[in-house]
Amino acid sequence: MTTTTTTQPPQLDEVRADTATDKRRLQRKELWRNRGLLLPAVIFLVLLTQIPFLTTIGFSLTKWNLLYPNDRAFAGFDNYMSALTSGDLWPSIVATVLITAFSVVMALLFGLLFAILLDRQFHGRALARTLMITPFLIMPAAAALIWKYSMFDTNIGMLNWLFRTLHLPVVSWSTEHPMMTVVIVLTWQFTPFMMLILLAGLQGQDRGILEAAQVDGAGAWRTFTWITLPHLRMYIEIGVLLGSVIILQVFDPIAILTKGTGGTKTLAYLLYERAFIGLDVGQAAAYGVVTVVLTIIVATIALKSVFKVFMAGGSR
Amino acid sequence: MLANKRMIALGTGAVAVAMTVTACSSGAVQSGGGSTGGAGAPITLKVATVNNGQMKDMEKLKSEYEKANPGVTVNFQVMEEGDLRAAVTADVASGAGQYDIVTIGAYETPQWGANGWLVDLTPALQSDSSYDVNDLLPPVRAVNTYDNKLYAVPFYGESSILMYNKEVLDKAGVKIGSNPTWQEVADAAKKVKTADMAGICMRGKPGWGDLFAPLTTVVQTFGGSWYDSNWKATVDTPEWKQAVGFYKQMLDDSGEKDPVSYSFNECLTALKEGKAAMWADASVAASMLEASDSPVKGKMGYAHMPVDKTKESGWLWSWNLAVPASTKQKDAAIKFVKWATSKDYIKLVGNKIGWSNVPPGSRTSTYSIPEYKDAAKAYAPITLDVMSSVNPKQPGVNPQPWVGIQYVSIPEFQDVGNQCAQLVADYLANRGTIDDALGKCQSIAQAAGDKHKS
Repeated sequence: MTTTTTTQPPQLDEVRADTATDKRRLQRKELWRNRGLLLPAVIFLVLLTQIPFLTTIGFSLTKWNLLYPNDRAFAGFDNYMSALTSGDLWPSIVATVLITAFSVVMALLFGLLFAILLDRQFHGRALARTLMITPFLIMPAAAALIWKYSMFDTNIGMLNWLFRTLHLPVVSWSTEHPMMTVVIVLTWQFTPFMMLILLAGLQGQDRGILEAAQVDGAGAWRTFTWITLPHLRMYIEIGVLLGSVIILQVFDPIAILTKGTGGTKTLAYLLYERAFIGLDVGQAAAYGVVTVVLTIIVATIALKSVFKVFMAGGSR
Repeated sequence: MLANKRMIALGTGAVAVAMTVTACSSGAVQSGGGSTGGAGAPITLKVATVNNGQMKDMEKLKSEYEKANPGVTVNFQVMEEGDLRAAVTADVASGAGQYDIVTIGAYETPQWGANGWLVDLTPALQSDSSYDVNDLLPPVRAVNTYDNKLYAVPFYGESSILMYNKEVLDKAGVKIGSNPTWQEVADAAKKVKTADMAGICMRGKPGWGDLFAPLTTVVQTFGGSWYDSNWKATVDTPEWKQAVGFYKQMLDDSGEKDPVSYSFNECLTALKEGKAAMWADASVAASMLEASDSPVKGKMGYAHMPVDKTKESGWLWSWNLAVPASTKQKDAAIKFVKWATSKDYIKLVGNKIGWSNVPPGSRTSTYSIPEYKDAAKAYAPITLDVMSSVNPKQPGVNPQPWVGIQYVSIPEFQDVGNQCAQLVADYLANRGTIDDALGKCQSIAQAAGDKHKS
């Protein structure tokens, strides 16, 4: 901002502004005014995020089970000890990572496919785009219920109807393939999300370069792998990052379809169980803090790579 | 939408106030209006309840109560069983006072009464002779009593029975007596199952109130129990292994295909759609199978819950209305509870909604109403019979240190039952061995039992 003002021809009122010290004072004043304008938002943010977090840390150091309301005391690190030694944490981390990874990768692949298809010119493209986006607009719980009854059900589900018509054995989805069940629902829900990001990337592609490639005799596959994919890399990275952040905390399909059985008990579901079925506020808070610490570690690494994407974005 | 509703509620409240004010000024004294209406201030009662048919009927009939009690608005919050339990427990335990009337299960009543979370309803009910508290079914009253105080009144009660499609069984030449054994039922299920009809539908959805409700009764009739009389967990015993193994074998041989997805509602649909021939579950299901819109109406037969070593193995459950101690409108709340569990309410449901929709298993007198006897002739006698013959003090072979059938009334049981249900569900889905599941469950149960050893 300052660079632009100096390069511009001096204007009348700027000429009248006197000495350098005055200017600095003015700047400082302006700085404080800007900060002042931001202050309500900052205070709001701190109140909304940091105070609950501090309270959670407080709870995690307390012995507090809602079932025993009169038995509340300081517990030190007992809750952390029981959270780390109960044997629930590690399988839960594995479940979270696997479900997130599979869902993100599958959603990305399908999203890429649909984005490429929707990037072409055809009749009714606007309608097709709107229809493709709908799964992302459906509430997660409703989506899981739709899948439970009208797709996965062994009696009335469409998937099993299809299998029966093809004379294939009926699949008991939640019983036999719990993780796949959850991943399928999540993939269905997040494919439009990936598709939107990648479609934006495809539309931003320079047509001239594509034409040049064609002139040079590159086929469709070569153009795609050598020009389009490198161009999309940044968009893919952003899609993966945002998708992971959202899917990491997913809860609804697990609560509705598998109830955490068969290696689908993610950290979010484990937390829910400790807090709302075990009613152990202290232990649930400890799990929450452990989750936050793990997420911060992962997010720091991930965010660093994203900043690299933003910085090096122009050269790609 | 919600805001709109609230506006309407406020509006009707205001109208109601105006009406009470005019009523008072004209000198008309309303019965009981003084205690609930106070100085004519509008009262909004918040009711948390479970999404069962009978509760939804109560929501439909609330306008009758509001009409009879001007100035009172009743708001319902209807939730699924698990959500209700979590929401209400958190609210009541923290004393937040969000609800004036809560729907709780027989499992919660004695514990919450002991914690001082509920208002003791005994004096209010006993002083009112028209309410006739002695008419409540004795076993149901027993499970809702703690320290001789009635902390909740049954809205409806249920046991479990075996329900079977007579047409299907007749076609296969299978006969079921009125007191079958589990082995007979498993054999019958094997005989009647076809490619697109399961022989029997049993709950397999992980959850202490889902899978473990029927499974605990199976364990008890096979001679097992959760705890012995010294609160020592007895899950790793041969009886448990036999019962759980039997349950899985029966599901594998002739049960529904996707047990982990199946609980009460799923099995109900399967039976109605002719996708399952038999079902052992809550007796309240019979009224739904016999409802006028049910495709299997009149085709069903009913029997006592199958047994192995005990004489009866039906469970005993009741959904009850209670008033949390944290409410600020105690009198108005008690008045509503009395209305919803009165003999008149049962008649009101019969006349307004239908006699087969009457909440069963709460009052003995319900079973002598001629219209109800006629509408529910297929299942009312057996329900009353089973409900009066179960013994909540000792449902299994061995004595137990708590009162209750398909649950253990200690606070940790939700958690214990839930974790064990997940372990057993993994075994049902062939992801683990029975020894592993029961071994882990034993240590979970023991940790909880240790807190109750005296």
